[in-house]
Amino acid sequence: MHIVVCVKQVPDTKIIKINPKTNTLDRRSAPAILNPYDAHAVQEAVRLKQLHGGTVSVLSMGPPQATAVIKKSIEIGADEGYLISDRAFAGADTLATSYALSKALERISKDKPIDMVICGKHAIDGDTGQVGPGIARRLDIPPITNVIEVSEVNVKDKKVQIKRKLTSGYEVIETQLPCLLTVEKEINDIEYSRLPNMIKAARYESIVWTVSDLENVDRVQLGLKGSPTIVGKMFTPPKPEGGKKLEGTSTEQVMQLMDLLIEKKELFTLKATN
Amino acid sequence: MNLEEYQGVWVFIEQNEDQIEGVSLELLGAGRTLADKLEVPLAGVLLGDGIRHLANQVIYYGADEVYVIDHPVLKDYRTESYMKGVILLAEKYKPEIFLYGATPNGKDLASAVATDLSTGLTADTTMLDIDLDNRLFEASRPAFGGNIMATILCKKHRPQMATVRPKVMKALEIDQRRQGKIIEETISLREEEMRTKVLQIVKDVSNTANLADAHVIICGGKGMGDIQNFQLIHELAETIGASVGGTRDVVEAGWLPHSLQIGQTGETVTPKVYFAIGVSGAIQHVVGMKNSEIIIAINKDPNAPIFDVATYGIVGDAMEIVPKLIEQFKEVLKTSGGEMIYV
Ligand SMILES: Cc1cc2nc3c(=O)[nH]c(=O)nc-3n(C[C@H](O)[C@H](O)[C@H](O)COP(=O)(O)OP(=O)(O)OC[C@H]3O[C@@H](n4cnc5c(N)ncnc54)[C@H](O)[C@@H]3O)c2cc1C
Ligand SMILES: Nc1ncnc2c1ncn2[C@@H]1O[C@H](COP(=O)(O)O)[C@@H](O)[C@H]1O
Repeated sequence: MHIVVCVKQVPDTKIIKINPKTNTLDRRSAPAILNPYDAHAVQEAVRLKQLHGGTVSVLSMGPPQATAVIKKSIEIGADEGYLISDRAFAGADTLATSYALSKALERISKDKPIDMVICGKHAIDGDTGQVGPGIARRLDIPPITNVIEVSEVNVKDKKVQIKRKLTSGYEVIETQLPCLLTVEKEINDIEYSRLPNMIKAARYESIVWTVSDLENVDRVQLGLKGSPTIVGKMFTPPKPEGGKKLEGTSTEQVMQLMDLLIEKKELFTLKATN
Repeated sequence: MNLEEYQGVWVFIEQNEDQIEGVSLELLGAGRTLADKLEVPLAGVLLGDGIRHLANQVIYYGADEVYVIDHPVLKDYRTESYMKGVILLAEKYKPEIFLYGATPNGKDLASAVATDLSTGLTADTTMLDIDLDNRLFEASRPAFGGNIMATILCKKHRPQMATVRPKVMKALEIDQRRQGKIIEETISLREEEMRTKVLQIVKDVSNTANLADAHVIICGGKGMGDIQNFQLIHELAETIGASVGGTRDVVEAGWLPHSLQIGQTGETVTPKVYFAIGVSGAIQHVVGMKNSEIIIAINKDPNAPIFDVATYGIVGDAMEIVPKLIEQFKEVLKTSGGEMIYV
């Protein structure tokens, strides 16, 4: 089985700082990391490889330093990593991103046919979750989003059974290979990297492609030009007024609150049940 | 692309077990405002198996028209079948704006449709408006971790599409006298052609009420100190029959499971009463709870931003206040010998 995982380099929003004066992202404060959902996607691909054999490749689109997330993926257990990096890709929205990634996937599958593509549920910076299904449409393979378990893979019959999270509960889906999954964090736990993988990662040279390495590319669909959406304006949401601060000792404040909630029936009424 | 050909505001109607999902009704409310500004009809797009009879509901909640495709293959949501139906309608009737709920199925469908129609899609929006001068749809969403809103435009492609977060927009009151037009379309789909099958749907039956539907939520923050003290939050919730939620920091500390996180990257909630205890009120948290009817904040820092959104604020130590609250509630319950009924 050949699984390709799409991995994105993102700023770590956990430690991100916002400049309160300008309300913009202080990019220096934010170290770049492998999108956390994509780490789970790589882990799942590695788990499937251990069960069914095959190869795990990872694919990223980004600036040259995005090879860092490919190395990270190799640490988790991926075998091969591709980076597509070109000014022509810059400024892409989700439509142009899925187009570029699908062209790279077509190129990869020419050498080694792809059985499954796995993406993260969303990237924590863009936060859209639209790229995965977009790629699936372009490759005309079934997209299964919000995956929480890959229960069964039958490589011979090219069939998989998948659990997909819903607003409330989940569904069990059967689909065919090749297909594209987007995974939730609960699909697995990231395992500690094994030493051989870490050594391999340290020395690993990613395969880097520019637009001219890809085939049948319609350049109009790339980057900023190929992006139907643009950011119009940025604004700070209006600050709310704030309500009433209660006063007095803590006991007095609690009593006032009880009064507001119960006597004024803002929370509940009491019904005698005897 | 001739942009003028595209007219009208559409809402994708999600239905489940013979019921229209709340988010779709909210979008009909929001869509109504947009359609009125543009002076165009508002339409619902209703797909499924045996769902025709729901079309009137769509009209009662604000639509002028409902496009219906009723077909056995559409029984359960699947990207490939629903996408075909929606694209068929969009290509034939050409809406200028098309809204979907930012739910698992709504996002899945919208992403696929946008790709095939080569149009723009803005994810997880929380504010919608129209720039009338340029006849453009302004879809705004939190950006950069939520401290700022970004308005996304789609100038040269139609339809202009967006997914909208549940519980942010308001549904209109049902009006059973509203009249509208139902337009039924057919589609040739065969089960044998489907690559994907839904084998089973398992509803969440856990007894902890779904946060999104809870009437009262007790949300604890990092200010509770540690997991032991956090038990006070559970105790208060148990006393008054409320649901427990937490901030991201609390979830990351492992005090609560991820599913109980409230905020931008967690659940959006709109309970009747929301207790924020030891919660600083970071914008990413506030976007997920600010539409609660009554917000009660307990925080020892009088300048904590949570007080800006609170209806009632108590400045003080939660370790002291919460036990007193629990005691008072227990006392009231005991003396009245009754039960609490949420109003
Ligand atoms: C991209 C992004 C997405 C995010 N998404 C979310 C999200 O979905 N949900 C979310 O919640 N956060 C989210 N965050 C994190 C958010 O910015 C805050 O860091 C987080 O909400 C803070 O949690 P807290 O209020 O529990 O903790 P703190 O900010 O540490 O606040 C603790 C508060 O408790 C008070 N306190 C301390 N001791 C006591 C005491 N004894 N009694 C009473 N009060 C006390 C303190 O005064 C303080 O105000 C996100 C951040 C980013 C960048
Ligand atoms: N630049 C990129 N390079 C590789 N994969 C990406 C890129 N952008 C998005 N993806 C994939 O698409 C998923 C969803 O991203 P998004 O739609 O931006 O939220 C991510 O988790 C990745 O798997």
